[in-house]
Amino acid sequence: MGWIAIRMLTGDRAKFIGIVFGLAFASALIMQQGSIFWGLMLRTCAQIYDLRGADLWVMDPSVQFIDDVKPMLERQLGIVRGVEGIQWAVPLYKGNARAKLTFLDKTTGKRVDVTEQVILIGLDDNSLVGEPAEMFTGNLLDLHRPNSVIVDKVGLRKLFPRQGLNLTKTPEEFKSQLVKLSRRKEPAIMSKSIQTNDIPNTKTVDTASEASPVLFEMEMNEHRAEVVGVCNASRTFQSNAVIYTTFSRAKEFVPRERKLLSYVLVKVQPGQNHAEIAKRITQQSGLAALTTDEFVAKTINYYLRYTGIPINFMTTVILGFIVGTAIAGQMFYSFTLENIRQFGALKAMGVGNLRIVGMVLLQAGLVGFLGYGLGVGGATLFGMANRGQNSELAFYTHWYLLLLDAGATMIICVLASLLSVLKVVMLEPAIVFRG
Amino acid sequence: MEAELSLNPDIPKTQTKRLAVRISSVSKQFGKGEQAVKALQGITWDVAAQEVAMLVGPSGCGKTTLISVVAGILNADQGSVSIFGESITAMSDRYKTKYRAKNVGFVFQQYNLLPALTAAENAAVPLLIQGVPRLKAVKEASELLGQLGLGKRIHARPNQLSGGQQQRVAIARALIHKPKILVCDEPTAALDHETGMIVMKLIRELAVSDDRAVIVVTHDNRIFPMGDRVAHMDDGHIESIVDGSGRPIPAMIDIP
Repeated sequence: MGWIAIRMLTGDRAKFIGIVFGLAFASALIMQQGSIFWGLMLRTCAQIYDLRGADLWVMDPSVQFIDDVKPMLERQLGIVRGVEGIQWAVPLYKGNARAKLTFLDKTTGKRVDVTEQVILIGLDDNSLVGEPAEMFTGNLLDLHRPNSVIVDKVGLRKLFPRQGLNLTKTPEEFKSQLVKLSRRKEPAIMSKSIQTNDIPNTKTVDTASEASPVLFEMEMNEHRAEVVGVCNASRTFQSNAVIYTTFSRAKEFVPRERKLLSYVLVKVQPGQNHAEIAKRITQQSGLAALTTDEFVAKTINYYLRYTGIPINFMTTVILGFIVGTAIAGQMFYSFTLENIRQFGALKAMGVGNLRIVGMVLLQAGLVGFLGYGLGVGGATLFGMANRGQNSELAFYTHWYLLLLDAGATMIICVLASLLSVLKVVMLEPAIVFRG
Repeated sequence: MEAELSLNPDIPKTQTKRLAVRISSVSKQFGKGEQAVKALQGITWDVAAQEVAMLVGPSGCGKTTLISVVAGILNADQGSVSIFGESITAMSDRYKTKYRAKNVGFVFQQYNLLPALTAAENAAVPLLIQGVPRLKAVKEASELLGQLGLGKRIHARPNQLSGGQQQRVAIARALIHKPKILVCDEPTAALDHETGMIVMKLIRELAVSDDRAVIVVTHDNRIFPMGDRVAHMDDGHIESIVDGSGRPIPAMIDIP
């Protein structure tokens, strides 16, 4: 009878396609909005993932998310370093700074100063722990040069909003684009090798032959900053440019404050339990110590609880759910009504209510499966078309979104077929004798 | 109760036939109070095997209600119906559904073929309901359609068939599972006279057997002569019962 049910369903192609389309629309909308929502949530904690190498983040206990920086005294670093079971602990500055760039207005020939808000990351001077995962152009070790900074690729567009930077070009082409936009300097030759070996993670290199050119200059807190490299970093929620420099230089780039230690990044000794060490840090320093995953969860939790983002997305998802249910339900019911005499004939010929309901549910299940597949496929194609670090679109499909979408589609199918099921169950087979 | 019996000796085709359907004092009412409609009022009627029984009368006289009760798709308020001695009115709804699947064949006025299925697949539906494998069922149905002159149209969809062809598919569907009772509701109403006569001949040739009752509801008086037993209904009663030539015969068949 399942075979008959499927043939009945697919026999009316227009309705069949209409029902599948309705479900695919709902499924795609739920998937797409869910993925964008999750992508946005990940952007809120992009910098936590980007700063690698440490096992624990130590911070002021009142910090609620990555950008909610509550500066600590630098002596706290020493206290953390004194906790047993720690391999190393390094400072991290994270805060907002203002970068002033100077452009030449070609029409007037005058210099134009533009100030942009940037995210400043100050890495440990020696180890550079927390470095960007990937350099696009330049060398990370050039951060040891005076006044040097590294800017993230996507953020450059904010720094040069009207210059039409093409982020998809190759490193060399991109570099020449930058050089054209700003005054080029000859490579600064390092006078000596950099030897930093007090921390196991320390980079040691002779950069004399590798020193990158200064791509452009800017000014932060009356201090000159020379951009010597461009890195790939995950887009942040605010999409401000991220500028990496050393911890000590970062303190020069922002107005002087008594507390400038944002976080302490901690590496736990091999074999030690992270949770145990985190507890020990808290006990001895009074600071909060979280693993990367815990800090991510805390950040996401903040956005979920204190911003209207989930409600906005949920509204769209609910609308998709309602529209999908309405379209699929209306068409499915209409399909059932059109076939009501056939269902009646089947009942008269000895098909019981259970089998008839089974037929209807099989039909609903089939269109649900197809609609779900098409919806997920469509949403995935949408995501793939807009993927990449440089994409404006935040899109991340977590596996549980697939389950959630499948559940929602199933509920839509059940709701859509409910009226049809009631109709065929209540159907008197004697209807077949009526003219 | 199943018995050998003799038809009224006045009937020309006098021969020993089996009692197929016994309808005893069946009443059915729709609605309540002032809105109540008494569709059947104490109907008593016997139908023998190996003959075509016709139920005729004006619209709303209760014909459809009566065959619905006989076919087991409507419950009577009072009275009983037995088919080859098995009381259908005493069956539970669940058992009645199974009974219909195995023992009742239907031919409807509007054919009620499934538009998405081919002629052979439509005719195979009762076998599929009984769980016969699809290929086997469709093969059997194709053979039966061949006997009905539709051997070359087995792959056609209902909308590719004429009215007469569709009704022949419906007849094949009604007979494919060798039912004990065949219920035909206005089988010629949607057909022209010539096609209607062909359909009735097919019913007579293929459906009539000594282990089957055939009941045809019709108001097409041109096919009355093709019935062995014609019951005239009006207002929920059977007014008269005649044979094919119009001679009166009793409602009950004498059991010797």
